[in-house]
Amino acid sequence: MSDLQSMPILQAPVAEGAKDQHMVVNMGPQHPATHGVLRLVLEIDGEIVVRLYPEIGYLHTGIEKTCEAKFYQQVVPLTDRVNYLDPLSNNLCYCLAVEKLLGLEAPPKAQWLRVLLAELSRLNSHLIWLGTHAMDIGALTVFLYTFREREEILRIFEGLAGQRMMTSYFRIGGLLMEPPLDFFDRVQAFIHMLPEKIDEYSNLLTGNPIFRGRLKGVGFLSAADAVALGVTGPPMRASGVDFDLRRDMPYSGYEKFQFHVPIATEGDCWARYEVRLVEMRESIKIIQQALDGMPQGPIKADAPKIVLPDREKMKTQMEALIHHFKIVTDGFAVPAGEVYQGIEAGHGQTGYYVVSDGTAKPYRVHMRYPSFATLQALETMCKGRLLADVVAVIGSIDIVLGEIDR
Amino acid sequence: MTEAIKNSLEGKAAVLEGLPEHPAVRAILGWNPGALVDAKFDRGELTLTIAAEEIHAAAVAVQAAGYNFFEDMTAVDWFPSSPRFQLSYHILSHSYKEYIRLRVLVDGPDAAVETMTTVWPAANYYEREVFDLFGIRFGGHPNLRRILMPDDWEGHPLRKDYPVEGYR
Repeated sequence: MSDLQSMPILQAPVAEGAKDQHMVVNMGPQHPATHGVLRLVLEIDGEIVVRLYPEIGYLHTGIEKTCEAKFYQQVVPLTDRVNYLDPLSNNLCYCLAVEKLLGLEAPPKAQWLRVLLAELSRLNSHLIWLGTHAMDIGALTVFLYTFREREEILRIFEGLAGQRMMTSYFRIGGLLMEPPLDFFDRVQAFIHMLPEKIDEYSNLLTGNPIFRGRLKGVGFLSAADAVALGVTGPPMRASGVDFDLRRDMPYSGYEKFQFHVPIATEGDCWARYEVRLVEMRESIKIIQQALDGMPQGPIKADAPKIVLPDREKMKTQMEALIHHFKIVTDGFAVPAGEVYQGIEAGHGQTGYYVVSDGTAKPYRVHMRYPSFATLQALETMCKGRLLADVVAVIGSIDIVLGEIDR
Repeated sequence: MTEAIKNSLEGKAAVLEGLPEHPAVRAILGWNPGALVDAKFDRGELTLTIAAEEIHAAAVAVQAAGYNFFEDMTAVDWFPSSPRFQLSYHILSHSYKEYIRLRVLVDGPDAAVETMTTVWPAANYYEREVFDLFGIRFGGHPNLRRILMPDDWEGHPLRKDYPVEGYR
């Protein structure tokens, strides 16, 4: 890498042979196509992008520092705020990491519900991606349709946890409480309805010459570049790298589900679009399997010093009341050690690195979020292309600034 | 407690004896056994502690052994003990389908290690983040600037001696 390429654009001299026709353009942080507060500094030659430099940190809230001051169970609601479009995946990853530290395993019903909800959460994330991506390209209609379906997911979440977006439904060692009585019927009705809606989006977009023209061949990323730059999830699989943590390193009982991992080899925005559409259909299959095979039993692990007792027990049994009081006021001590737990979230591989020093508060929580790494590949994908293509590429990598800045 | 915690291997000798066929262990032994300071197998995760000045060469060795994907990298501040900082690199192998953790201990107010960007370009943002939030420097990094905090920020927020309310 030459010195020139590595320097921030605003401070660097213009590229070799540029004369004076190169222009530096600032895009964002308040730009509707940057999905939040991404700021890009672009050096352009006419309309061709010569260099691109992302400036991030506008949403930095120091969540990792905040985690160090909380009890283990108090970190769960914080994780929702990081990737707010795929909230339950964050919960899942954190809970699995702490359960690994504790040597605790959630009971089968909790694991199956976790898989079901993580897939529902993935659908939520992909629906928002499809709507906003199509809107960036200029197809406004799809946005209204996908948000209509997303509304149903949010209603299911609301019935489940009382919250629409920041559900915080998972707990260390299980789940918050039993799902409401109509939960399974609503999920069944939703996934029964969704495949034809996906056909509807596909009818609107796949044959649309403008949409095709804006995505085909745009934002190419080779398989080698994807691996080298840390790109994960659908963008990596659209570049032809066949790897999915759900299938290859199963967690939370994913090994019991049959599903297909879609791969494309073109590596452009169109391939990412196609991979995600197939992923949505596969998620529906996983949810159907989870509904059909849902085991019976408790939803919380049998660990009274770690898992909060049921409200009913707390009010009738002295031990349960004592445990409740101890967990809420003192937390629970976690054996010293360090673990890294990776899961496949909607955007790619999410990972939590939790270090314990044997007390009731995590010594260090580090969050690995896919968009942070994928952003590094943005320059590779946009270089030499038109300025308008940057918008298509940002949409196609499905960026969430909350998880980049944390 | 589950099996994973019982089956932990503590210390270099125990890991070399217990996991002699592990590809990452073999790669490090084949390259330079002296650089392996410590090792641990705990909760199903292998941690290899490498001497700070050898980390770049160790990364080249494990990459050649099939650990192709740089997943994550961060630091832990063990203030006030010494050595103060621990760097944890989480490397994924797409072929073996497992993670390993490379661990480096560094110390001092101007702690520094060699950059990983020449082995895995993905390390770029992660090293900037560690520099920003912990103040550890990476020699040879192409653009070692603050990434999350403003450019004129003073201090490194994730250090343990950094007050939660900020400096007053």
